[in-house]
Amino acid sequence: MAAAVEEKVKQIIVEQLQVDEAEVTPSASFQEDLGADSLDVVELVMQFEEAFDIEIPDEDAEKIKTVKDATEYIEKNAKGGK
Amino acid sequence: MIDLSGRVAVIFGLANKRSIAWAIAQKLQQAGAQLAISYQNERMKSEAEGLIADLPGAEAFQCDVSNDAEIASLFEQLKERYSRLDVLVHSVAYAPAEELKNNFVMTTREGFRMAHDVSVYSLIAVSRAAALLMTNGGSIITMTYYGAEKVVPHYNVMGVAKAALEATVRYLAADLGAQNIRVNAISAGPIKTLAARGIGGLGDMLKAHAERAPLHRNTEQSEVGGTAAFLASDMASGITGETIYVDSGYNIMGF
Repeated sequence: MAAAVEEKVKQIIVEQLQVDEAEVTPSASFQEDLGADSLDVVELVMQFEEAFDIEIPDEDAEKIKTVKDATEYIEKNAKGGK
Repeated sequence: MIDLSGRVAVIFGLANKRSIAWAIAQKLQQAGAQLAISYQNERMKSEAEGLIADLPGAEAFQCDVSNDAEIASLFEQLKERYSRLDVLVHSVAYAPAEELKNNFVMTTREGFRMAHDVSVYSLIAVSRAAALLMTNGGSIITMTYYGAEKVVPHYNVMGVAKAALEATVRYLAADLGAQNIRVNAISAGPIKTLAARGIGGLGDMLKAHAERAPLHRNTEQSEVGGTAAFLASDMASGITGETIYVDSGYNIMGF
């Protein structure tokens, strides 16, 4: 399931931030490396919630800054995903 | 049953597919209205235009409602393109993020000014411009929230601005009634939009709302869209100056 989560996360980021898939490395930071602004980050979190059927509380969302943060959080919290 | 064919509607406040403005646009379109949909700025452009392109009979316009020159230019374009207007939907609100984090008592003069300028004055400005094009009467609809009446944690200066917005609806309704232009507000339950996500504790709000509301569930965007289509139509010809709740009944509960 880990690989599937990573693939889906990547796809969401590519679509939302209109970036090249090659740029979406695990350590890439949404704001510092992928050109996201604060609204983009909120939109990303909402897309993750929808795609994986989870709720990411504000205090957790604040800690999701990189691709790896997102993948790890979702793997730990998803109930199977869609 | 609701027929808006031949009507022209302008909608303000499209950001993305979760926007209440988008749900309203879809319902008005289904009822047959021709739509001019506006988004705020370049930041919103690609997502908004992508959505609008898929909606038959809808056209995209850019307009920042805090800018008088942009409002004037938009309405000039609308006049040229459609000659007249029947419906205006105002689904716009803003308060600086810090104002929603700190205690209300810490509200700054600038934060207060911005919240009221973008969320309230904009309705007056666009209504004035629209009224000139509403030559067969019209319907103006804005979006409010229960935080205007009761204290909702984190809603802060936005609640004060929504109270001002609801009062503005009444004053506009009194002024524009002579031209058969109706002005109403929809008070929707909490909905997971991009803007609402900026308010702390949205998850808790949604949970409490679904638990306590008579219908035991949250409000769907499409329900707000349906009510907007009703208010836009002749079926609502006797309603003006009102705040209509679309909140699963939440506001009637004492506890």
